[in-house]
Amino acid sequence: MAVLKALFQRKLALLGLIVITVVVLAAIFAPWIAPFPPEVQLDDGLDDLGAPLGPTAKYLLGTDTLGRDLLSRLIYGAQATLIVSLLANGIAVLFGTFVGVAAGYLRGWTGAVLMRMTDLMTAFPAVLLAILLATMFHQGIWIVALIISLVNWVQVARVVYTQTTSLAEQEFITAEKSLGAGFGRILLRHILPHLVPTIIVYGTLGIATTSLTEATLSFLGVGVQPPTPSWGNMSNENAAYFQTAPWLVFFPGGCIALLALSFNLVGDALRDILDPTLRGRH
Amino acid sequence: MGYILRRLIQSLLILIGVSIITFAILFALPNDPARQVAGRTASPSQVEDVRHQLGLDLPLPAQYARYIAKLAHGDLGRSYIQRTQVSELIGARLPASLLLMLGAIVCELLIGLTIGTVAALRRNTGFDQGAMVGALFFVSMPQFLVGYALLYVFGAWLGWLPLSGYGSFRHLILPALTLGLLGGGWYARMMRSSTIEVLRQDYVRTARAKGLSRARIVLVHVVPNGLLPIIAMIGLDIGYFMSGIVVVESVFGWPGIGQLTWQAINQIDIPIIMGVTLVAACAIVLGNLLADLVAPLIDPRIKLK
Repeated sequence: MAVLKALFQRKLALLGLIVITVVVLAAIFAPWIAPFPPEVQLDDGLDDLGAPLGPTAKYLLGTDTLGRDLLSRLIYGAQATLIVSLLANGIAVLFGTFVGVAAGYLRGWTGAVLMRMTDLMTAFPAVLLAILLATMFHQGIWIVALIISLVNWVQVARVVYTQTTSLAEQEFITAEKSLGAGFGRILLRHILPHLVPTIIVYGTLGIATTSLTEATLSFLGVGVQPPTPSWGNMSNENAAYFQTAPWLVFFPGGCIALLALSFNLVGDALRDILDPTLRGRH
Repeated sequence: MGYILRRLIQSLLILIGVSIITFAILFALPNDPARQVAGRTASPSQVEDVRHQLGLDLPLPAQYARYIAKLAHGDLGRSYIQRTQVSELIGARLPASLLLMLGAIVCELLIGLTIGTVAALRRNTGFDQGAMVGALFFVSMPQFLVGYALLYVFGAWLGWLPLSGYGSFRHLILPALTLGLLGGGWYARMMRSSTIEVLRQDYVRTARAKGLSRARIVLVHVVPNGLLPIIAMIGLDIGYFMSGIVVVESVFGWPGIGQLTWQAINQIDIPIIMGVTLVAACAIVLGNLLADLVAPLIDPRIKLK
């Protein structure tokens, strides 16, 4: 609660929170908000020459190259974009935390092998690896989310590892062990609670990264597949027309930027609030 | 010396790990490479012959050994579609990408380091806050959006710069600026916190107490020390650029390995994407190694451990 209050007091973070709320609500209530069905090619959606329409009173943000209402597609596109970026980051944080805790607590051979795995992953150019996997197995937004999480868990694992090793050396953990506490108790009572701030911060900041990765993959045609609209693949579909109908690229691209910026603003603020060691330094 | 050796072995191990993963990915490919090479009209026995020729009937460790031996000779396999060696395709397009990367690094350092330093010196002023929000803004932009925005304003609307292509300095400006603006956001944030850290040091206070001019303190004492942590980042940057150029080269029609990758994506030409990924992974490992080896030369306080 104190955290939320502190968050509300920061103007930029509050702004980010509002944007995120609006996008989430738009995604949930899309069927009720969207003025037109997203995949229908409207009869008067193109002009006499077959070109997309600019913003008009009827089509607030204009129509796309197939004569579909852009605003409706943006509202529906929020669904795929949000599902993929939230899911991908959720998996990445979960897996990263698991690897980090395991490596940091167990140390020894297991820890060394796990941490060398993270070294290996950092040597891979993340987006290229995602492109490679997505080109090989492109079907469905769940696979896309899984692939994105695969290239984004490393950073969480590293931070959690560092924190867990320093926690595991603390005297209260040794005391707890000498009292006969098992691994499970130490993990649940002492290690995980200390990791909560880190998990919250990466749970937020990471979404900015995963949503940008989704946008890149979908823009290259290997992310969310049409006809399901996502902000990334909408930019891809209309990219060829950016000179005559720039809004078709700039509106979906701008939505991605706004969403990523919002998660970055909220995540940055959360880091300042939750991690006192960083306070005032950044 | 021991450090350098250990670091070299470490890099080698990582490269072996990278090759194991790419080998595993090749193996997970849904289509049968023997069938691919033999062609659609081949009979089952012909496919088996090809399989034998390619060594695909050998046990896994033997296949991996062959794979490594080929890689060691710079053989990245053949493109499915273009029927040429992937290494030749990449080699022909590498210079264009390196030029773009060089331009991008110059742009991002100029933008990021200047803004980061000034923001740190004017900490908590309007400029600082504005610059940091601006940096976060660019960090949050999808690459294609920045690319198309610059292309629209300077290419289509003002008509100052060419819309796409390759061959002159004017062609380089927009793609390099696209990557430079995005990377510059990161550098501005890093340079700011690094400079703030330096400003707190005792030697800066001493310099002030000696009555040195502000310009001299900043240029001689603050900036060079603030730059040190940044050098390691330039090594890490290679990975970021390798991903960024796929989007930026396809937006600007820049004939580098990014565009090659983009074309390969559209034709599902896995060997090319795999080759580019391998080359990029090697570049990243080398970049990190180089950054680690150069850092102590610049700053003797960093001990080789």
